[in-house]
Amino acid sequence: MKTKLFAENLNISFGAKQVLNNINVNFAENQITALIGPSGCGKSTLLRSFNRMHDLSPDAKIDGRLQLEELDLYSKTVPVTEIRKRIGMVFQKANPFPKSIYENIAYGLKINNLPHDKAVIEKALREAFLWEEVKNDLKMPATRLSGGQQQRLCIARAVALRPEVILMDEPCSALDPVSTLKIEDLITHLKEKYTIVIVTHNMQQAQRIADKTVFMYLGEVKEEGPTAQLFRNPVNEMTANYINGHFG
Amino acid sequence: MRNKTFRFSSIIEWGTLLISTLLVCFFLVVVLWEIISKGSSVLSWDFVTQVPSEGMTKGGIITPIIGTVLLTLITSIFAIPFGVCCAIYLHEYAEDNWLTRTIRASIRNLSGVPSIIYGLFGLALFVQALQFGTSLVAAGLTLGLLSLPYIITTTEEALMRIPNSTREAALAVGATKFETIKDVVLPSAMSGILTGVVLTLSRAAGETAPILFTGAAFYINGTSGFINQEFMALPYHLYMLSTQHQSIEEVRPIAYGTALVLIIVVFLLNLTAFCIRYKYRKNEN
Repeated sequence: MKTKLFAENLNISFGAKQVLNNINVNFAENQITALIGPSGCGKSTLLRSFNRMHDLSPDAKIDGRLQLEELDLYSKTVPVTEIRKRIGMVFQKANPFPKSIYENIAYGLKINNLPHDKAVIEKALREAFLWEEVKNDLKMPATRLSGGQQQRLCIARAVALRPEVILMDEPCSALDPVSTLKIEDLITHLKEKYTIVIVTHNMQQAQRIADKTVFMYLGEVKEEGPTAQLFRNPVNEMTANYINGHFG
Repeated sequence: MRNKTFRFSSIIEWGTLLISTLLVCFFLVVVLWEIISKGSSVLSWDFVTQVPSEGMTKGGIITPIIGTVLLTLITSIFAIPFGVCCAIYLHEYAEDNWLTRTIRASIRNLSGVPSIIYGLFGLALFVQALQFGTSLVAAGLTLGLLSLPYIITTTEEALMRIPNSTREAALAVGATKFETIKDVVLPSAMSGILTGVVLTLSRAAGETAPILFTGAAFYINGTSGFINQEFMALPYHLYMLSTQHQSIEEVRPIAYGTALVLIIVVFLLNLTAFCIRYKYRKNEN
């Protein structure tokens, strides 16, 4: 399997607090990789380092190598907007723009100078399994959609830019079980075109959708492997305790 | 027994709050009633469209109305862009260090400075140092200085209410920081910003002290309208009619009429702020 995205000897600290400690991890193309681990273990920090969301925190210190194929993600010669266009992100809480459904998809296309006619918008909404539900209300403010619909809109917004990787930070944690299943179904379909990295607290979810699972604890990768193997025969004792619900 | 004391004390607590509220409302109603009952007799179409005549004992108050409108316009042109930009810089760009904290604290302190101080400052800077003379532009800029701290503070508070997840949403689709602010943050914060701006302007429109030495005239012939000349303004006209006029008793009704018009102007501005907020709230949900 071809490696799409990887981190090598990655250390991240915020001020005096070391959050990630010598992380080496890689994500295969057209696969879903789940990052699991107890709260505060650094999964979100790791995820957000790939599309450079830490640029916003002045006290973040990032050291190590992060690459999308051959592209150095922290290279000074590559604009950060270009990286974020190629590596999309879906957040924990659905955060549609305070604009119409149509504009929510069109905005990203516009600022990246990509075509944003109705056909493109429709395609993105179809890909996120949302078109049938909203095709008559494209002018409606996106905030009037249900939580699950808003999250699928955020996924549509990300896929509209045709990224190579989609990072998902606990995308279902604020949703009911039905919406969660819909989004999981969607994510499994999306892996045909995109490489997906998903942070989740939900063990069942990781087992349902992920090809590979990475277990993190206290800022370190403790174990990684094919999902079925990691959950059935964890090598590390900590992994076993975590997936059996002894701490978390 | 315990139960009874509890109920007694809760009545006291509740009663204190209620009486305070009623007392405040009572004074508000008395003031409004006084002005409306005494001012409405002179209020007419002629009163708001004619120039003052016969030593201001007859005629209308169109001259001070125009003066106040133009004055508020100049204040807006100066204070809104600078105030909003300054707030955006402080909240979105500036690092949080001792320097920005000092600047922010100073701005907040400035909003507590008595308005007469602004008047003296405007006299020294705009009228004398910059040679604008006592004029509409000097007074407008002085009121602009007075408004800046309020506009900056309310704008910053409106920006603070926008969650970071909204900013991240725009950045994640490849927007630059400026695009994020222009296309997502500002539209989200617009209702808060506009409300703050309109309320600040309505306060500025009613100020007397800052325009006292910087351009407001006792009386001018015809209508004011040139930014390099003196002007008449509603609050100053009212002050003058109630304390400086040679026949105070005779012009008392005009003074009340002026007060009523000033209150209506301020009320309309506040109503605008309310409508803006209502419209945006409706769009948001």
